[in-house]
Amino acid sequence: MTQLREKIGADVVFTDSTTRLAYSFDATPNYQAMPDAIVAPRSTEDVQAVLRLCHEHRIPVVPRGSATNLAGGTTPLSGGVVMDFRHMDKIVEIDEKNLTVTVEPGCITAHLAQAVEARGLFYPPDPSSMKISTIGGNISENSGGLRGLKYGVTADYVLALEAVLPNGEVLRTGGKLAKDVAGYDLTRVLVGSEGTLAVITQATLKLIPLPETKQTMLAYFEDLDSAARTVSRIIENRVIPATLELMDKKTIEVVEAYANIGLPTDVGALLLLEQDGPLDVVRRDIEAMHAVCLEEGALSVEVARDEAHAETLRYARRIALSALARLSPTTILEDATVPRSEIAEMVRRIEAIGRAYDIQIATFGHAGDGNLHPTVATDARNHEEMKRVEAAFADIFAAALDLGGTITGEHGVGAMKAPYLEWKLGPAGIDVMKGIKLAFDPHGIMNPQKMFAKAAKKRIVQGGLS
Amino acid sequence: MKQRTELATRMTEKLDYEEMLGCMRCGFCLPTCPTYIRSKDESASPRGRIAIMKGVVDGLIEPDEGVEKTLNECLGCLACEPACPAGVRYSVLLEDARAAITEHKRATGQMPVRERLVRKVVFDGLFLNKAKMETATGFLRFYQQSGVQTLTHKLRILDWFPDQLQKMETILPTVPPKTERRRRPERIPATGATTARVAFFSGCLMDTMFYETNANTIKLLQAAGCDIVIPKTQQCCGALHGHAGEQTGAVTLAKQNIAAFEAEDVDYIITNAGGCGAFLIGYDHLLKHDPEWAERAERFTAKIKDFASILIEVGFLDRVPLSLPEQLITYQDSCHLRNVQKGALAPRVLLQAIEGAVYIEQKHADHCCGSAGVYNLLQPVIANDILEMKMGHVNVTAAQTIVTSNPGCHMQMQLGIQEHGTDSMRAVHLADLLVEAMDHHAI
Repeated sequence: MTQLREKIGADVVFTDSTTRLAYSFDATPNYQAMPDAIVAPRSTEDVQAVLRLCHEHRIPVVPRGSATNLAGGTTPLSGGVVMDFRHMDKIVEIDEKNLTVTVEPGCITAHLAQAVEARGLFYPPDPSSMKISTIGGNISENSGGLRGLKYGVTADYVLALEAVLPNGEVLRTGGKLAKDVAGYDLTRVLVGSEGTLAVITQATLKLIPLPETKQTMLAYFEDLDSAARTVSRIIENRVIPATLELMDKKTIEVVEAYANIGLPTDVGALLLLEQDGPLDVVRRDIEAMHAVCLEEGALSVEVARDEAHAETLRYARRIALSALARLSPTTILEDATVPRSEIAEMVRRIEAIGRAYDIQIATFGHAGDGNLHPTVATDARNHEEMKRVEAAFADIFAAALDLGGTITGEHGVGAMKAPYLEWKLGPAGIDVMKGIKLAFDPHGIMNPQKMFAKAAKKRIVQGGLS
Repeated sequence: MKQRTELATRMTEKLDYEEMLGCMRCGFCLPTCPTYIRSKDESASPRGRIAIMKGVVDGLIEPDEGVEKTLNECLGCLACEPACPAGVRYSVLLEDARAAITEHKRATGQMPVRERLVRKVVFDGLFLNKAKMETATGFLRFYQQSGVQTLTHKLRILDWFPDQLQKMETILPTVPPKTERRRRPERIPATGATTARVAFFSGCLMDTMFYETNANTIKLLQAAGCDIVIPKTQQCCGALHGHAGEQTGAVTLAKQNIAAFEAEDVDYIITNAGGCGAFLIGYDHLLKHDPEWAERAERFTAKIKDFASILIEVGFLDRVPLSLPEQLITYQDSCHLRNVQKGALAPRVLLQAIEGAVYIEQKHADHCCGSAGVYNLLQPVIANDILEMKMGHVNVTAAQTIVTSNPGCHMQMQLGIQEHGTDSMRAVHLADLLVEAMDHHAI
């Protein structure tokens, strides 16, 4: 500690128990562990100094943004140093010639988005936490968002990275280039690496022109199947909406019980659809989507008259989490993803799993890209129920994989899903990843206990279903 | 170590575990919290503070000076509460934790003599007893009117006092004579047809140092068609006690107020100070474990309403035309009016209805100005940083008039103008500005 303080300044090293407690958790229920210290570097040089020291003394390092992640990724499970980026939060450059923005990792994603939008540019990834989460965290978790179907996830916008390796060396990957194929794509390796390889100290991101207009629409369906068919049919019709969000019956019921906004609770599902772009394209696509909704038996379709009306249509989806959060002391929001053609089947399986384990699961999420958020209302103190919840989630991940999906679409693996990673990758995939980890981090100091579990969970035939 | 454990036990007994468990640590509160925005330190965020309280209860950490410091540094603006998806009542946790610490310090004789003295004078003396408040205000009036103030300034006596206190002294409002304050009748009839029967919560500071604002509020209510009663036996709301961990004092005041108001058959109890209103509306929680008072408290809190909301509700704007000389007006939310009483809209509607003046919304009007009761005296460094940020946003609007809805905010904005604003700016309570607009139109 004395060395740390000497190297980067006593005012950015914290070891008191109050601060350590405040950095002992992230947004994942049931994960907590005390770090030994918190450091808040001011520069890449500071990061180098900290890492060299930790490398030498084999001290774990956990890079942390705003800790909004839901997979235990920034919980310091092995103690050590939590690296906080409060001082490295600047927008270094907005390059209007190359349409890029260069930022430090601690920059809040919404601040970045606002800054480029003020210049008529657009940074599309929009995780629901974007007002809170940092760009460094988004890059580390490869975060998605509501616009994922049309615009992709964070990885699709990262052009270049500056990162510090555990031994203190600075690694620079990529550049302001549309084409860059020299060697292994280390940018892509670092994006989504969840702080297990190196510490990202700067990122250059791709920008696109800001869409001129946007239109919003809400459709109710009698059952889940017709909503899911609508999703597939829209895309078959060569329309890629900016937003295509689904709420299942249970979520609608919970939202209505909480907010009393007049949602019909006798419907089976609702879809929130949006398109952005040039006015005539938006009009054409909204009409096409409207038609598909009706053809697939939508009970009613409402197109927003103006922005205020659009906001009321979005409201139900926006408060889904609040409504679910108030149901019970503990809310666990998961992140299973399937090909969009399997959305209806996946929601049905989630419902069956909920019944089999006798737990309350409501499902909402990004139907357009197959990314679902089955959300459980439970109580962490009820150990018996928590066991059932855990078993149910294992079954949900297994079901997602069976349908050609994956265990996480945008939240990352962290500690929570580490036991399931091998289900997705197989032993060969895990071995390659472990080899990459070793090349970057030979002493295993970077965010230990994340991504790689000591042992993979045994995959059994979905336990609760007979 | 033994004493610490005792405090941990006290906190464990006092804090509502269910409420702490409700925090799902999502971080939605982070961007709303002024102290977190300032420092970006998780231990200065609502999520962090709840985790720290829970950490003490769970036995992960001992409640040391660090814990007390982080709780003391909270402004209590409660911007976090409306932002919380899970609806955690942070205010309750904060108040209970502070009460546990104060009680513990007192019981173990750990409270420094100076703090004990200040608490005795302020909480047992001044605010627990309206007569004493009157006397103190009398001194202030004497100080202002007799030339002592001028003399004090000339002799630079204030140089002996802390910086923040010196600055506050210069912005204290001029106190009207006591005789004028005593002449006010207990019942005041509506002008024209009656629209509502209301009781007015006159407050302690508001009824002494800001007497003029109270008089103006009553004028507005009258003009809006309200029959008004001002119960004589009412007391200070107890907010300062509650926020400083002096729960016993707060409970005493709450009971006196409930008794004073339940004697009157009124539709609403009207407040014109955001901080008081928010505390009054929380009496039901304060007294929920008292079988004799719980229900009475609930009936009381159900009637609390801020004066701007009632004006809108009874159609004040249809009855009374408002106009002002050309000027830009901006509004600084009272945190407690906005976050606890949910009264953010009515003041804006009223201000936008004033002919001649142009209303301009400042960025982050909903962020605390740093006043927070006596916070600016206790945490001058943080308060000043926050005020500086605030005035940055105010200056961007180029407004000449900054409107507030709470005495603390009012004085803080005056301080802000003095420190970081321009000569052409003024801070004014919403009630005072509305009466000004009413009178201006009449001319």
